[in-house]
Amino acid sequence: MNNAVKQSQTVLVLGGTSDIGRSIVEALVSPALRRVILAVRDTEQAERATCVDWSFGDAEIEFVVFDAEDTASHAALIADVGERFGDLDVVVQAFGQLGEAGLDDPIAAARLAQVNYVGAVSSGLAVAEQLRSQGHGTLIVLSSVAGVRTRASNFVYGSTKAGQDAFATGLGHALHGSGARVMVVRPGFVRSSMTAGMDEAPFTVDPADVASAVAAGLRRGSSVVWVPGVLRWVFGILRFAPNFVWRKLDR
Amino acid sequence: MRSRRAELSGWGRTAPSVAQLVDAVDTELDATTLADLAASRGIIARGLGRAYGDPAQNGGGTVVQLRPGQIVLDVARGEVTAGGGVGFDELLRHLVPRGWFVPVTPGTRFITVGGAVASDIHGKNHHVDGSFGAHLRSITLLTADGERRTITAASDAALWWATIAGMGLTGIIIDATFVVLPIETSRCRVDTERIPNLEALLERMESGDDRYRYSVAWVDLVASGASLGRSVLTRGDHATAADLDDAGVRLDDPLTFRPPALASVPRGVPNLLNRLSVSAFNELWYRKAPRSHRGLESITGFFHPLDMVGSWNRLYGSSGFLQYQFVVPFEAVDTLRTVVREVSASGHASFLAVLKRFGDANDAMLSFPEPGWTLTMDLPAGVSGLGGLLERLDRLVLDAGGRHYLAKDATATPSMVRSEYPRLDEWLAVRRTVDPHGMWMSDQARRLDLY
Repeated sequence: MNNAVKQSQTVLVLGGTSDIGRSIVEALVSPALRRVILAVRDTEQAERATCVDWSFGDAEIEFVVFDAEDTASHAALIADVGERFGDLDVVVQAFGQLGEAGLDDPIAAARLAQVNYVGAVSSGLAVAEQLRSQGHGTLIVLSSVAGVRTRASNFVYGSTKAGQDAFATGLGHALHGSGARVMVVRPGFVRSSMTAGMDEAPFTVDPADVASAVAAGLRRGSSVVWVPGVLRWVFGILRFAPNFVWRKLDR
Repeated sequence: MRSRRAELSGWGRTAPSVAQLVDAVDTELDATTLADLAASRGIIARGLGRAYGDPAQNGGGTVVQLRPGQIVLDVARGEVTAGGGVGFDELLRHLVPRGWFVPVTPGTRFITVGGAVASDIHGKNHHVDGSFGAHLRSITLLTADGERRTITAASDAALWWATIAGMGLTGIIIDATFVVLPIETSRCRVDTERIPNLEALLERMESGDDRYRYSVAWVDLVASGASLGRSVLTRGDHATAADLDDAGVRLDDPLTFRPPALASVPRGVPNLLNRLSVSAFNELWYRKAPRSHRGLESITGFFHPLDMVGSWNRLYGSSGFLQYQFVVPFEAVDTLRTVVREVSASGHASFLAVLKRFGDANDAMLSFPEPGWTLTMDLPAGVSGLGGLLERLDRLVLDAGGRHYLAKDATATPSMVRSEYPRLDEWLAVRRTVDPHGMWMSDQARRLDLY
């Protein structure tokens, strides 16, 4: 249960090894935070290597197995997490792949859609069910501005994010009145291990920037957060830019 | 029995959750119905929703509001029996004209008898009369097995002292019998003094409180420097017929009780209580108080002034507020000084804090009052940095051997409650015996591991 200053006790991160997920949890550290559950593909690897030096205040860290592509397992996993660890105050949907899929690789493209979109739908609904049954809790969905208007250079990725984003905003409407909430986060280019080695775009941010925007959004009860905030206005215009301009911007 | 889905929060309007809200007459709640209602996530009773945090909400579960029930006054014994859902407003309207007063009242009359028991409420007379539990004679408790048990301190001491201050987690309080106080008039004789700073206030309260049944100080926590802790001390008792004569007041009926309602705050107002408005208000209120004055006040004016403004909690806007109340032992008065300095310097605007000296504790396992200084302040919840301030205050209170009040709590942690309430395990043992499957459950109970 959140306390009166919106500090959470229990946080679940789907895609627990994500840099952005980690930064978000760090921003949620408070005396109230008791438990952080990292849902990862390989618990051994996460426990022994990737997350070995992670800490979130005094909170205990737990690992559970989560495979975004194994959609049939999602409902049981979330129910089990609720059973073992009690109410989930915040769930972060932080998994996802960037992929190189483009015009010439339909198999990779389908796989990306499977992880980023289908996995988000299935785990999102499982989380929604848990939060509804608690009568409180927030699902944070890490979307991307890449889905606001897709570009030639990463349109497959962009389309998966567009799907995830549309699903999540719709889910937020569907949950209205249930006590459960959805917050969609639309960052620009984020420097992280997922984007290492890539050219930075304008308005590039760090995971910590995303995290502080998310924390502020949680305090305000926002349903959409853009990072940096100015992207809301930039994309308000770019969304309607003529196609030849949009293609030029994509370099 | 009517039922609807509702988003519920405490009076502070923070941390809401959605539950099934059931409006019931106590006789409708038999074992089968209780089991049904508890099936998903348990049940908690809710009175008038004046606890500040989350003790009377139960996300995903059931919240039961009892219809008021009866008020039966036994004049010969000086006792009243009232339904758990009866409000103090209704109770006072019944008692005062007949020459009786509740043994303990908090700063509002919009609470219920059940809530008074479950929070073991205290008032301005704690240093003389103790908390509500000290005046209780018997309780009818609906337990998880669907039984209605009439308990007293003698018949079942463990359940009795676990139910008083038990935050509704041992069962639903169907009714309670308690001693009432005879009064001659509905007026209070009040001595008001303006005190320039905290040190003068502490000295004044220590030396003079024992001469009064009621004593409380309103402290300006925004003032700093030489004015740090400036306050208005009001102390008094129920006025006798002779007091009215002395004051030259003639009333057709000295026991009339018609509490005024001046205004109500509409929905959707933004947070109006910021540093600027609060400090202006506190200044005005301090200036308007007489340097020293003896006078007569109404029950509402003396005990429940904020009740004159309906829904005043909306003044804090959509992010709400919290009421932070703690007690520290008398010997830890330095901690009180530090807290006052800390809050004044923090820039967080507390609208009139309240300082009071507590008397002896009672035997209730989770009862809040213990001998010492108790300070209560209202803080807007939406102001950033509040978490950090509370963390520092919590630490100070904990280190001083003090504790926080569960009826006001909205930010405590399980480990805090464990160190502040040394009889927690004893209480948990009683709870587990009388409620082995955890039927009674609230958001607060989940947040603080009270099960």
